[in-house]
Amino acid sequence: MKELVVLSGKGGTGKTVVLASFASLAKNPVIADCDVDAPNLHLLLSPTVKERGRFSSKKVAVIDGRLCNNCRECVAACRFDAFSIIGNEHLQKVAIDADACEGCGVCMRVCPSRAIRLKEQDSGEWFVSETRFGPMVHALLAPGGENSGKLVALVKQKAKVMANRTGAETVLVDGPPGLSCPAIAAAGGADIIVLVAEPTASGLSDFARIADLCSQMKARTALIVNRWDINSRVAESIEGEASARGIQVLGRIPYDEMVPSLLAKGKTPIESSDGEARAAIVDIWNKLRDME
Amino acid sequence: MPAKSTGTSTDHPTENDSSYRRLAGLQASKRNMVRISIASGKGGTGKTLVATNLAAVAADAFLVDLDVEEPNCHLFFDGKELSREAVSRRVPFVNEESCTHCGNCAEVCEFHAIVSLPKNVLVFDELCHGCGACSMFCPEDAIEERDHHMGEIIHLSASGLLGLTYGRLRVGEASAATLIKRVKRGMTNNRLTIIDCPPGTACPAVESMRGTDLCVLVTEPTPFGLHDLKLALDVTKKLRLPHVVLLNKAGLPGPDIKKFCADNGLPIVGEIPLQRAIAETYSEGKLLVRDPGFKKLFESMLERILKEAEKT
Repeated sequence: MKELVVLSGKGGTGKTVVLASFASLAKNPVIADCDVDAPNLHLLLSPTVKERGRFSSKKVAVIDGRLCNNCRECVAACRFDAFSIIGNEHLQKVAIDADACEGCGVCMRVCPSRAIRLKEQDSGEWFVSETRFGPMVHALLAPGGENSGKLVALVKQKAKVMANRTGAETVLVDGPPGLSCPAIAAAGGADIIVLVAEPTASGLSDFARIADLCSQMKARTALIVNRWDINSRVAESIEGEASARGIQVLGRIPYDEMVPSLLAKGKTPIESSDGEARAAIVDIWNKLRDME
Repeated sequence: MPAKSTGTSTDHPTENDSSYRRLAGLQASKRNMVRISIASGKGGTGKTLVATNLAAVAADAFLVDLDVEEPNCHLFFDGKELSREAVSRRVPFVNEESCTHCGNCAEVCEFHAIVSLPKNVLVFDELCHGCGACSMFCPEDAIEERDHHMGEIIHLSASGLLGLTYGRLRVGEASAATLIKRVKRGMTNNRLTIIDCPPGTACPAVESMRGTDLCVLVTEPTPFGLHDLKLALDVTKKLRLPHVVLLNKAGLPGPDIKKFCADNGLPIVGEIPLQRAIAETYSEGKLLVRDPGFKKLFESMLERILKEAEKT
């Protein structure tokens, strides 16, 4: 079983469309959406949820007002400015800002009256579903949720277990934008990372940074330039940068007006009988299969 | 935190006033304290396009790029670097000579950033939140905290702006929100400040939006755009953050964003049409507002945004 992860650094370059297209071309894949805070793959794959569960990873400190003797040891010890003093001059109380709290537990350990404890906070939900292309694992982080990297790792792990059970040859992973914890978690353990870049000044800068991350992680990496004809000069610069780094250039996808219309109907470019984007993606998929 | 404007009405501008003069003159005191965040949920909807062009037509704004993972605003301005500060966070360093391998540090670490083995202690810098529990509760005083480089903050002078600041996360560093907090700490609060936020709805996006006077949610009429707009609205609701919508790529065949906004009482501050020329200008790293037509469009959007910010 091989794991293919699509990443981009910059958002909106077309990761989800490319991944959904691969899903419609692959033989018996397991599909995973690891963009857990703004997932979109389900909008194209219309999954039927078979199994779901809550995800909680973040803890926050809560104070038992009956036990608190207002000594403020917690206020002094907290490095995240999560504590504040509320009330007036006659009656003052210590309060916790749950958003600022990182759940380190220092306050709980320094509290002489044992008035503080850590409480698990609901951080999201995961789903195992069925789609027209195969089983899919996806998730939704609670708004403003932390530890999205852990939810990404959970989705990937469930997808692998599923692939082992069904004997799937490929796990196809739609990654998040950016290059911090969720992207690092998505890239971890990938057999191949496919970077989708757009030919813009921003796209070139962002490609260089995500390519740095891939090489730090020692992952085999390949490049697709999407909507290349918006700026062929920048497209060439990105491909040149890729070649210089030993990243294989898989191909270019042209700007194709059919694509937005297909997406609006919840279809991948492959599910149309023709189209320039379709032809390019089929060609890229065949190259990817030859790489293995 | 910037001071909030009080929301009193201003004189009606005359027809021949340029929007700039109206904004700069009549509302100078209020406008000077406004912080506007440009966010989206979905990536690639045009946050940076909007932030850079709005800041350029404002002519007296600070532009702050909080997308520290992939900062791009600076690519659109001929900037001169004024200063660059390295940002680090504190991580534990175990002095093996004093360590008795009692395992206390690993036990108190909620983030599993320290593993205590019989003969040595392993520290995973990337998992460390810098809370200090390990050194605080080490009975041998064997743990000191050392600097771990996590990125930098760059200040630029740029023509047409009061200044441009951006954070740049070190590649491989996991916690973007920590650097975002540090960039925010240095922000001025007596000038109009336009903030480009990272995509998503997780902690980096939330940290960037938090504390601003108004959040402009940039969206596009695609199924993805609408879906992620709804997710972004969950965040603004949670933060009790006043917000408006800006519709980019208007004309794409997709869901009716205007109807969604009307049904939900969301003001739309402007529309940017779907035009290949816009994508091409953006791709060259150039500002749209060099074109007089687009300049007018962004001036009117800025005016509308500042009016909405004033209501808050």
